[in-house]
Amino acid sequence: MNRQLSALRLGLERGFIEFKILMRDPQTLIWMLIIFGIFFTVLWFQRGTELNGVSLALLTLPGLLGMQIASSGFSDVASGLAYDREDGTLFRAKATPRGMSAYFIARVVIIFLTTLVYMIVLLLPSLIIVPGLVQTISLGDAFTMFWLIILGLLATAPFGAIIGSIVKSSGSGWGLTLLPLALLTAISGIFYPITALAGWIQITAQIFPVYWLGLGARSIFSPESAAALELTGSWRTTETILILLAWSIAGLVVVPRVLRKMARRTSGSDMQAARERMLKNGY
Amino acid sequence: MLCILDVEGIDSMTKDQKVVEVKNLQMSYGDNVVLDGVNLAIRKGEILVLLGPNGAGKTTTIEVLEGFRGRSGGSVNVLGVDPDEGNEEWRSRIGVVLQSWRDHAKWNVSTILNHLGKYYLPYSTPERKRPLDSDELLNKVGLSAHANKKVNELSGGQRRRLDVAIGLIGNPEILFLDEPTVGFDPKARREFHEIIHGLADLEETAILLTTHDLDEAERLADRIIILAGGKIVANGSADELARETAGKTEITWTQDGKRQVHAASDATNFIRKLLAQHTSGISQLEIRSASLEDTYMAIVQKHESKQTRKEKK
Repeated sequence: MNRQLSALRLGLERGFIEFKILMRDPQTLIWMLIIFGIFFTVLWFQRGTELNGVSLALLTLPGLLGMQIASSGFSDVASGLAYDREDGTLFRAKATPRGMSAYFIARVVIIFLTTLVYMIVLLLPSLIIVPGLVQTISLGDAFTMFWLIILGLLATAPFGAIIGSIVKSSGSGWGLTLLPLALLTAISGIFYPITALAGWIQITAQIFPVYWLGLGARSIFSPESAAALELTGSWRTTETILILLAWSIAGLVVVPRVLRKMARRTSGSDMQAARERMLKNGY
Repeated sequence: MLCILDVEGIDSMTKDQKVVEVKNLQMSYGDNVVLDGVNLAIRKGEILVLLGPNGAGKTTTIEVLEGFRGRSGGSVNVLGVDPDEGNEEWRSRIGVVLQSWRDHAKWNVSTILNHLGKYYLPYSTPERKRPLDSDELLNKVGLSAHANKKVNELSGGQRRRLDVAIGLIGNPEILFLDEPTVGFDPKARREFHEIIHGLADLEETAILLTTHDLDEAERLADRIIILAGGKIVANGSADELARETAGKTEITWTQDGKRQVHAASDATNFIRKLLAQHTSGISQLEIRSASLEDTYMAIVQKHESKQTRKEKK
């Protein structure tokens, strides 16, 4: 019992250390600057355009928040895990008593904290850029958003972990998640109203979490009148929760099996092979 | 004749002395046989060096013992436990120096060592304090001056020494090292050898290491095992191996301005005769007994020619 508790504590410690390193890493900062720079440019140009009396920017911002949750859960988890597998971090965890438990706790901490930071970094400047946001936002919204983040990460991270544990290299882990994510973003009404798309595309989009995360975030931050612009003219909160929950459960059933298999497979000689490949090809 | 299998040596160890015991270890992937009937044992405080050409099965053997790789057959016992069923408590008694080279690149040197040390705290016992003091350990591996550097700012040799420190932080009863000194400069290598000797002597840590450096093997090993083609082809101290191979000693001398070389199995007798025959005209006499390198080459070559003969049949 004492030993399990110590693994939990070490996992948290590890998560906070890694989070601090990540947030000070110029690579992370430059990446955030580029992506969020693009987001804010889009919001800036949309702020004057109105739909049903609501600024277009106020409809896009929640979509971006929702998409960012999916991207954290799916892409960041996949590339993070693939990277740790490749550079030996995971193997090190395996060689340490209760190291694997602590590693996975740390991963959860990191994903949650970075997503929280993304949300705050996206929201703060938006208070100025996006017309009408200051008037609609409340403390209760922040609370609802908190639950959407948790549910969104639960629905996407297990699948990120599966990709991260089957790819051969960290580079392909990132690429493999980016493409489906970009496709889903394109059809999920993040930048472009889903109501304007063909029926079969609408149905496809509604199978996956990205659409529901965008919708959920819009229900939090957009004014009530904007609900009329959605597919059924309402926020469909119950459906959002049910569909995200279904993805979470599916993920949590499959993922421990996949991870256990991966953990058993990871060995020193595989890392040696990865090293030799890196020295030869440079990636 | 070589001592192909030192079964007697293994059996003469008493049970509580044996830290590792491997009997008839088999490993194959499909038709590819990697290990074929490996037997070995390691005592408390003993340094065993595993030598062999690339692909001989050294890393596979170590990974089976570390519990990172399942085996195809045979029995393996490390600290009284089958590595396949080793739990976290068992894991805490084992030190592993990985072949890895860039994990935790952005961590501070002292932070990573401190952090990894904490995992061992719940497994501390009155007889064996866990973890070791991380500052002391950094000092021991010569990294004190770099404690606040990031891991990716270390040179290759320094990084390797950090790996060794991480392997030791849990005060292990057995330490596995897979080619630990690759990329070391001569000074770092010597310091590393001192650490290893100190461990085996003071802490009674049993040590199994692989290397391609035969000088290193000679300097460190209490016992050397040579693996070739998945089989143990020699087992003994460096001296024993040298004596049991061809056992030839190389004698060189200058006679009438010409350099002469002769390989003799009984060097003393040969020189006695040589000097008796030529009472003058012999100078620069050198007698060199077979080095571990000669022994190693002889053993591996003998094994390889046997292999090719088999294949021809």
